[in-house]
Amino acid sequence: MFLNGKVAIVTGASRGIGKAIALALAGAQADVVVNYAGRAQAAEETAETIRQLGRRALVYQADVSDSQQVQSMVDATINEFGKVDILVNNAGITRDNLILRMKEEDWDSVLTVNLKSAFNTIKAVARPMIKARYGRIINISSVVGQYGNAGQANYAAAKAGLIGLTKTMAKELGTRNITVNAVAPGFISTEMTENLSAEAKEKLTSAIALNRLGNPEDVSSLVAFLASDFCSYITGQVIGVDGGIMM
Amino acid sequence: MISRKGVNGLATFDKVKAIIVDQLSVDEADVSLEASFVDDLGADSLDIVELVMALEEEFGLEIPDEEAEKIRTVAMPLNSSKKDSN
Repeated sequence: MFLNGKVAIVTGASRGIGKAIALALAGAQADVVVNYAGRAQAAEETAETIRQLGRRALVYQADVSDSQQVQSMVDATINEFGKVDILVNNAGITRDNLILRMKEEDWDSVLTVNLKSAFNTIKAVARPMIKARYGRIINISSVVGQYGNAGQANYAAAKAGLIGLTKTMAKELGTRNITVNAVAPGFISTEMTENLSAEAKEKLTSAIALNRLGNPEDVSSLVAFLASDFCSYITGQVIGVDGGIMM
Repeated sequence: MISRKGVNGLATFDKVKAIIVDQLSVDEADVSLEASFVDDLGADSLDIVELVMALEEEFGLEIPDEEAEKIRTVAMPLNSSKKDSN
């Protein structure tokens, strides 16, 4: 398969889109570090599925907003698998509210977990990737980061920030054969979007050209493709997986 | 300068030279004290950052950003590594 022998770190891989990404990479024959923050049981299940696919999995608990924990995770990856070829920054949280009611700590926590985390992980993998003259970095942004969304000032700012980080890293690391791209999912069925009311979902769906919410696998197949050598000449791009909600 | 530091200075120069040869994939013969990283050894900004980090690791010291930014020739990191390790 097209990721045979590659080593990937996926943050927030215990469930949702992150889990689907971890499985898609393993399905393409990569070994995967399954990072999680709190759901140990779910992370173990992801790892078990990866092993059933015949690949190695390392379950690693780390708060990606903490640079030391991230460094330890990257060190552990290199100890265990000898290298890191692919980094997927997927970990994210939401603390939605209108600006008038958004607490400062909700702003800070969303920016820290969704954006600073990517700074931490990229900084930690940059050196081994530069040395290896190879790397694939994929940041999971959001359609919200490109077009905004009422009630998500913090989330939209963090996801837009990931796009600026993506483009800058593409420029800084390009000469070392490291590509950096962002994926911008639209509305994907996960626990994160589960809480929407039926009316809200219906309203959303009517705005989507393909007339349905996406599945985590719609996102993960693109990530696996971007992680591969099919995409050696694609960098600094933001690619939407949104069923045509924005064009 | 290095020529006045005797045996230790030469040993340091050899270590630094080895790191430069390794990091920049250049010929040992090209690494003179006067050689410019960018003009003579073909380094880019990322190469210089990598070089500084490798030197810090080798000599167990920290080269401050203000100093690192000024590094242009082989003699310059050599001097800063001497200064800091004293």
